[in-house]
Amino acid sequence: MVLEGKSVFGGIAIGKLSVYGKKDRQVKRIKISDTEAEAERFHSAREKAKEQLTVLYEKALKEVGEVNAMIFEVHKMMLDDLDYIESVTNMIRSQEVNAEFAAATTGDNFAGMFSAMEDEYMRERAADVRDISNRIISVLQGTAEGKELGGEPSILLAEDLAPSETVQLDKSKVLSFVTKKGSANSHTAILARTMNIPALIGVDLEKLEEAEGKLGIVDGYEGKFYIEPDGETLSRYKKRKEEDEQKKRLLQELKGKENVTLDGKKIELYANIGGVADVANVLASDAGGIGLFRSEFLFLESEDYPSEETQFGAYKKVAENMAGKKVIIRTLDIGADKQADYFGLEKEENPAMGYRAIRICLDRKDMFKTQLRALYRASYYGTVAVMFPMIISVREVKQIKELIAEVKAELDQEKIPYKDMEIGIMIETPAAVMISDLLAKEVDFFSIGTNDLTQYTLAIDRQNPKLDNLYDSHHEAILRMLKMVADNGHKEGCWVGVCGELGADTTLTETFLRMGFDELSVTPSMILKVRDKIRKLDLGKCSG
Amino acid sequence: MKEFKYVIKDKEGIHARPAGLFVKEASAYPCTVTICKGDKETDAKRIFGIMGLGVKCGEEITVKVNGEKEEEAMAALSKFLEENL
Repeated sequence: MVLEGKSVFGGIAIGKLSVYGKKDRQVKRIKISDTEAEAERFHSAREKAKEQLTVLYEKALKEVGEVNAMIFEVHKMMLDDLDYIESVTNMIRSQEVNAEFAAATTGDNFAGMFSAMEDEYMRERAADVRDISNRIISVLQGTAEGKELGGEPSILLAEDLAPSETVQLDKSKVLSFVTKKGSANSHTAILARTMNIPALIGVDLEKLEEAEGKLGIVDGYEGKFYIEPDGETLSRYKKRKEEDEQKKRLLQELKGKENVTLDGKKIELYANIGGVADVANVLASDAGGIGLFRSEFLFLESEDYPSEETQFGAYKKVAENMAGKKVIIRTLDIGADKQADYFGLEKEENPAMGYRAIRICLDRKDMFKTQLRALYRASYYGTVAVMFPMIISVREVKQIKELIAEVKAELDQEKIPYKDMEIGIMIETPAAVMISDLLAKEVDFFSIGTNDLTQYTLAIDRQNPKLDNLYDSHHEAILRMLKMVADNGHKEGCWVGVCGELGADTTLTETFLRMGFDELSVTPSMILKVRDKIRKLDLGKCSG
Repeated sequence: MKEFKYVIKDKEGIHARPAGLFVKEASAYPCTVTICKGDKETDAKRIFGIMGLGVKCGEEITVKVNGEKEEEAMAALSKFLEENL
């Protein structure tokens, strides 16, 4: 059986299902003759319950932080609420009933009041009122709260979980939470996120008890919940889970470690990104910086040329979020195959070799200068470098540098602060490779775009599926070009990196290191895999 | 008796946590403290009472203080609302 739910945290859990039953609170109505003594019993139970809440608060403070622990402070205040206390004691005195019954009835009445409110947040507070009444009743009855979770870790199924219940759970026994009720902001959701375990809410499971002891799978990525999955589904998820765990292990072992080979050769590992939103991924992946920030998204997402302010805002944000780590921003790289309507580019027979990238920028200088101004202004807020795509000649680089000089003079005049950025170019045309010795005299760094370089060098259109078997990114011609660019760059004091897909190809990592590359820029999810590879290499040994 | 008005700016309105903190603040003074929203009025030293008003973002409440140290109570509570809600 497969059910849908709303995922509050990703991940896969496979295990036995354990239904979290609320203890059936058999509260009997008993006639009491000494009502004063009974009221006193209630007061001391209330004090005891508050002591428990203080302990829970301290525990939650450590486990889920102050904001989430605050709920137990609120519970304590609720226990001190005069309306609540008066309601219970009045009931004991006037109806001559036991404290358990009075507390349960009052809890239900107050919960009813919240349930009737129009605000969803307030409706959810009904659970809190029942929670505090149940706590008092447990104290009065001398029973322990919560369910003892059996031997093996399991997937916990529940109607809903009260905050006190989640905090009291033995966390080492919980693989995942699945609840019928609850919201994305419920305590269960917060706890799941803090514990890094998958959790689903709003799962429409009719008879909870029937699932007890059965095998279940929680897919926190897709929001799916399987009960007694078939063999094929099970093995698919087992595989997925192993991959997940491997990734997690890698992360634990490799985070914060240097990208250094066994014999001490270091290389920078940066990330390729296509928008401001990817910065979080970059930071999580433990990249040393951003090696390729494609600025196209700013142009493709808008209806007209993005203003200097818009661009400045985006670049500045990335620079600030990277907190001093290097951010290499590539200027606009679009062509007839990838454009926005307002550019008004004509359809071309062969857009890969057409009017695109730096060719458009040097033709539409106003647009280009706006981007350069935004970049220079943003440079002040971090470590920003700028990189130009599709270069084929020294003349182009000189033209770019003239425009940069104009932009800097303007900013000086307007007293707008900026830093002197490193200037680099993409090496992605065979022409740039062949004159890389000359280009190196003009710039601070090279970054090789292997995708375009391969297509131009091998004369293979990547869009043509008939040529797939000929497209060989390990072609000797490409490898010789890489070596040539690295050597020519280094001779003139440039640092040299690779930002194409080849950078993440771990079968070439050793080759790159031996060629002396200074940097590899890869998609964030590949950073740790490449780091793993680097740390296992020994360049002192002959390559095998 | 003194009173002042305040418009709630917190997105979630007076939810459980600030209601609890407000009760703590109000309970520190001997004078009576009441909160009104529209024609509903409640004792501000009772958390269920405040939560029961269901005050949402953008709604106006009136806080009334009456009795001993009402001046201090008013200053403290107005500061509390500014800072927390």
